[in-house]
Amino acid sequence: MREETTTIYLGPQHPGITGNMMIKLQVKGDTVVKAETHIGYLHRGFEKLMERRNWLQSFTIVCRICVPEPDPNEENYSRAVEEIEGREVPERAKYIRVMVLELARIASYLLWYGGQNGSAGLYTMGQWSVGDRNYILDLFEELTGGRVYHMYIWPGGVRRDLPEGFADKVLRTMDYLEKRLDEYDKLMFENSIFQQRGQGVGIIDPSKAIEWGVVGPPLRGCGIQSDVRKDDPYEVYDKLDFEVPKIEGKSDVWARALVRRFEIRESIKIIRQVIEKMPAGEVYNKVPNPMKWIVPKGDAYVKTESARGEFAYYMVSDGSDKPRRVHVKGPAYVHGISLLENLLVGENIADVSFIMNSLGTCPPEMER
Amino acid sequence: MSFFDLKGLLSPLTGLQQFGRKPHTLTYTKEAADRYRGLHFNKLDQCIGCGNCSTICMNEAIDMIHIEGIEGKNGDSGLRPRVDNGRCCWCALCVEVCPTGSLNLTKDYIYVTDDADSFLWTPGKSNPDAEEKISFHSDVDTSLSMYQRVPMREMDGTERVSSFAEVVLGYNDEEARAEAQRCISCSLCTEVCPDHMHIPEYINAIARGENEEAIRIIYNNNPLPEMCGKVCTRRCEDVCAIAVRGEPVAIRWLKRYATEQAKTADMIKEIVNPKIEEPNGKSVGIIGAGPSGLTAGYYLALRGFDVTIYEAKSHGGGMTFYGIPKYRLPYESINKQVEYMQKIGVKINFNTRVGKDIPFEEIYNKYDAVFIGIGFEKPWTLGMKGEDLKGSMQAVKFLETINEGDTVDVGKHVVVVGGGNVAIDAASVARRLGAEVDIVYRRRVQDMPADWEEIEGAEDEGVNIIPQGIPIEVIGDENGKVKAFRYAKAEMVPDPKGGRPRPQLIEGSETDIQCDTVIAAIGQEADYSFFPEDIKNKIKFERGRFVVNQKTKQTDDPKIFAGGDAVNRTADAISAIADGFNAVKGIEKYLLG
Repeated sequence: MREETTTIYLGPQHPGITGNMMIKLQVKGDTVVKAETHIGYLHRGFEKLMERRNWLQSFTIVCRICVPEPDPNEENYSRAVEEIEGREVPERAKYIRVMVLELARIASYLLWYGGQNGSAGLYTMGQWSVGDRNYILDLFEELTGGRVYHMYIWPGGVRRDLPEGFADKVLRTMDYLEKRLDEYDKLMFENSIFQQRGQGVGIIDPSKAIEWGVVGPPLRGCGIQSDVRKDDPYEVYDKLDFEVPKIEGKSDVWARALVRRFEIRESIKIIRQVIEKMPAGEVYNKVPNPMKWIVPKGDAYVKTESARGEFAYYMVSDGSDKPRRVHVKGPAYVHGISLLENLLVGENIADVSFIMNSLGTCPPEMER
Repeated sequence: MSFFDLKGLLSPLTGLQQFGRKPHTLTYTKEAADRYRGLHFNKLDQCIGCGNCSTICMNEAIDMIHIEGIEGKNGDSGLRPRVDNGRCCWCALCVEVCPTGSLNLTKDYIYVTDDADSFLWTPGKSNPDAEEKISFHSDVDTSLSMYQRVPMREMDGTERVSSFAEVVLGYNDEEARAEAQRCISCSLCTEVCPDHMHIPEYINAIARGENEEAIRIIYNNNPLPEMCGKVCTRRCEDVCAIAVRGEPVAIRWLKRYATEQAKTADMIKEIVNPKIEEPNGKSVGIIGAGPSGLTAGYYLALRGFDVTIYEAKSHGGGMTFYGIPKYRLPYESINKQVEYMQKIGVKINFNTRVGKDIPFEEIYNKYDAVFIGIGFEKPWTLGMKGEDLKGSMQAVKFLETINEGDTVDVGKHVVVVGGGNVAIDAASVARRLGAEVDIVYRRRVQDMPADWEEIEGAEDEGVNIIPQGIPIEVIGDENGKVKAFRYAKAEMVPDPKGGRPRPQLIEGSETDIQCDTVIAAIGQEADYSFFPEDIKNKIKFERGRFVVNQKTKQTDDPKIFAGGDAVNRTADAISAIADGFNAVKGIEKYLLG
């Protein structure tokens, strides 16, 4: 029997790849023997760019680190600056931030519905969820002025207050989505194709998950109830009632899908609470003239729970008008390189994209 | 799970009901939201070309260009932003930092063209119809410009009149830095400053907490900055970009703050530490130790000239020493700066009146060049009956006497005639001497040439302003002393030539004010009596002022240069300083080529 392997390059241009990256696969027959993640197609140098831009200009860069869900970047950046500077954020702004973050999570999960199902050949689901995502983008457009890159959460609060009647619109959209989610279940979770493709594929060893640095839905898919919003609450998450899913099962693609199915409903719950509890008042504690805004010496490490897991920023100020260092730690660095390379070994070629979508890999976080 | 799971096969089929529903794909004709960040629109007439949008743009998508039909003027650079839509990332920070609110984003978000160059356009000119589609904009609340000035602490009116202590208390470190942070470094102020001081640069240094650096920048082209920091007419603040929608940056107070950090002449020398060039063998005589003479002397000395100043009075500073009350500009402040100049090597001969103590010819022959900065010393008189009575005096003389440390018995009630800063100063000083004071001015209060802050300050101190009052006569008693002042009310009539409205006397409205003193403050002129006829004939004069080359300040006698009030009509210290500074270049060119 011949012991030869074939090399397949998945990406950088391939419908099954999540962004501009490439996986070099060594396969034997249909089975992956070795996988290597190759990045370098998307290097925009965010971290370096920020060292040469002032504190406000840098805020417009961070959202570009994640297209489907830019807001955790904005929130992290802003919160880090606020922490170094000791700047107070008005209570109302905190509630608005949470609303934006949760809307972004929903939008991101809706996009994931498309990717996860698309990579299994179930295209209808994607048409539906991406179409419904547009309703969230409409909300973003009305609130922030941008559909994809919002540039809305900035140091000191948020850029503008809610437009008139916006809260009602959000609630109506949430009601609509909730109904749609039941329909999604029928199309996806009750679909025997998805069940059979998802179960037993891409299993993460729960005992190694924390050691590897797995976060977010993949970690919760291992049955570990870890969520930054609960463990280390930021903004006003400690005042809100929501749950972190406890998943029992095999920590496979299916389990990770269940996490997201659960969390998208929790997000709707959070948004309803936020709108109910949001106090009146200012939304912005103005920063000084951006050209002369000096942030005192110091550093801060902040993290949020993004749709793909813990998203962290380490920021250092040397007391000048520009950040000395902004280190972006996105979940994809772990998920897309060390975890993915290990998970793919022994899997079928047809499952590569499928597994990758379940982890939430996103090249800009690997190439910062 | 069995492969033949019936529910798993049938459930997905429920998706077929989607066929009956309305599709929700977006169409491009959808109208954008009210806050949409689309293409730029600039209200060209509202824009002042400060360039803040261009500065904040991290993509360098905005540059400032000249466009046809828009000329620069005071407070408007004449430039307008041009946007490269290929580089724009629609972050709208340009909108957020626009101090005037002229720049906006619109609901337009589709722009299709086959001409790549047309992505580069001038908002407002290229899309004149987009104004009604403005969506993302900033107002005073949302804008990142800081419209509110850090208030200056001052003594209150009643406390002020009890002494000659300085009224303005000055910023502390924190206040100064906060105020300095408001500046957007547009340089519109530099353009309008007669001396073109490096305003954004020193304000930046103050904002960074580098006060000594600020002092060095300031002394680069102004050797009397502490005086300017206290009493400058500050045309810079009139054109401040922030002032379009808010209060101008307190440029004067910031300069005051920075320069006050150097508390003695030695400290100034230590901080500024100017490079003094080797003597070049040329000598310059300067007449008058006022702002223009001192400035010329200082920079000439730094350039290696042998400089001697002749000053008729016992102190340097000219009108700023003798004409400005000490509660606005204390002795120490001026003396410190004059002393610093002496330390640099400027020789000043005080109490030496040219034409009396030393003939002009001697100076003219002794030095390689002569700079004349004699100012306007001779006050105008009202030319009305009773002006020579005891108790009727000229404001300049009155202020000079007080500033020399003498007292004047003004009695219980004083009438000041005039509406300029000198009139306000004379009135405030008279208040401090314990008198009730009325200011009689020909036109309306809003027409007064005095600073509005000064006018308000005087009113706070209890000075009563009588506008539209035309002086008629000073009435004396049997001892030849002032008894009353008679004026008539005026009504304002439009000027047939289109100028500001003119006062016209209302017949029969004469009123008398019982008073002990009348102080006239209606203007001064220069005293040229020291000039020998032959030199005087060589030089051209116009309306009592030297005619000089605007760049070099050289008169028609190439050896004689002139500056200050005797040259320019603005008659303020900063213009005099600018004259002195420019004359240095002229003298250098004349003597060294």
